[in-house]
Amino acid sequence: MSYQFDFSALLPYWPVFLQGVWLTLKLSALATVFGFVVGTLCAIARADGPPWLKTVVAIYVETIRNTPLLVQIFLVYFGFASLGLKVTANTAAVAALVVNVGAYTCEIVRAGLESIHKSQLEAAECLGLTRTQTYWHVIVRPAIERVYPALTSQYVLLMLASSITSQISAEELTAVANRIQSDTFRSFETYIVTGALYIVLSFVVRAAFTLFGLVIFPRRRKLGTAI
Amino acid sequence: MSLTPVHLQFIAIGGLWTIGLSAIAFIGGSIIGFALALARISPSPLVRRLAAGYIQIVQGTPLLVTLFLFYFGLAVIGLDRLPAIVAAGFGLVVYSSAFLAEIWRGCLESVPKTQWEAAECLALTRWQRMTRVILPQAMRIATAPTVGFLVQIVKNTSLASVVGFVELAQAGKLVNNTIFEPFTVFIVVAAFYFVICYPLSAWSRSLERKLNVGRR
Repeated sequence: MSYQFDFSALLPYWPVFLQGVWLTLKLSALATVFGFVVGTLCAIARADGPPWLKTVVAIYVETIRNTPLLVQIFLVYFGFASLGLKVTANTAAVAALVVNVGAYTCEIVRAGLESIHKSQLEAAECLGLTRTQTYWHVIVRPAIERVYPALTSQYVLLMLASSITSQISAEELTAVANRIQSDTFRSFETYIVTGALYIVLSFVVRAAFTLFGLVIFPRRRKLGTAI
Repeated sequence: MSLTPVHLQFIAIGGLWTIGLSAIAFIGGSIIGFALALARISPSPLVRRLAAGYIQIVQGTPLLVTLFLFYFGLAVIGLDRLPAIVAAGFGLVVYSSAFLAEIWRGCLESVPKTQWEAAECLALTRWQRMTRVILPQAMRIATAPTVGFLVQIVKNTSLASVVGFVELAQAGKLVNNTIFEPFTVFIVVAAFYFVICYPLSAWSRSLERKLNVGRR
């Protein structure tokens, strides 16, 4: 093995790497927020909606979960174009990620909703809670609290999967890495640095979700126990 | 120009390569992943930590970057004339080994502790305890999530297209480059993936239901 590792060639590029990290975080944060909303609404629709809506959501979830993200990204990207809409690669990337993670969120939240015991609903009714109150306090919040660890893993995976959007030249860490390696010809070193940055990112995102969980679920913070 | 039977045939052959690559990833990943799962529950803390470190690193890196690393890494150690399937195969084996290891560790640990203790009380050796008592029970638990992960493997082989391996996604890209009908082409490609993945998902779900029969 006569290869000389040369990481010094990458030194001038550290601001570019940092910018890539920032873009990846921004992209995945947007996709997470919107994906969570879409997924939760779909889960509620699937649990309590009219039959036709249930079927539509089921088809959506099954289609997304059984096709690769790469193909979904291409479809959204070219789909916008064939509708005559001019959107940037970044918008298409966020849209594709939202569609993708929405389906997974739906499945996870649905499991949470199913875990709410029937006696809880009866108790809510006895206490005279309105339908909205029951939904918010008795069904949705405890359900999400229960599946929060699974959601965290899913959103860390989403952050890693956002690298695939580099294939439609959306601006994020992997796209930045592709550009740097074609500037410096130090491909192996570039991707080692990129991989290390993603590992750090996945730790940071996981830690952020844990902290956020402590903030929004007081039960865990005050009693130290899961639901 | 539009999609002709020749194009469809080309995409279908890509589909066969997708299945082949998935098989490589699954078989290779199973062998390494099983060893890792055992290492994760080994009595030696050093072995446990090494396995955990490997899994952390692989699960913390996107598969896309892993594939690039193998693609350029193999060239670095002087193997730059290998076909694309080698880099893609290595990358996917490493990726699936880390995830399968964690799935199977969970299954091994979910065998009740009393079973491990009983095996020990009966003076079974480590090997006998594993093969006669723990594995038969763990395998029952493991089938459903393993088949579920198989779907992930099939979908993730689409990333092998970035190192130039012609599987379904890459076949779709190539066809699209000749007929410029991205929407039609990728719908067809998605349909091919769906046909491969959906039966696996359905199978995994039915296995899960069978396993859960006592808890319904």
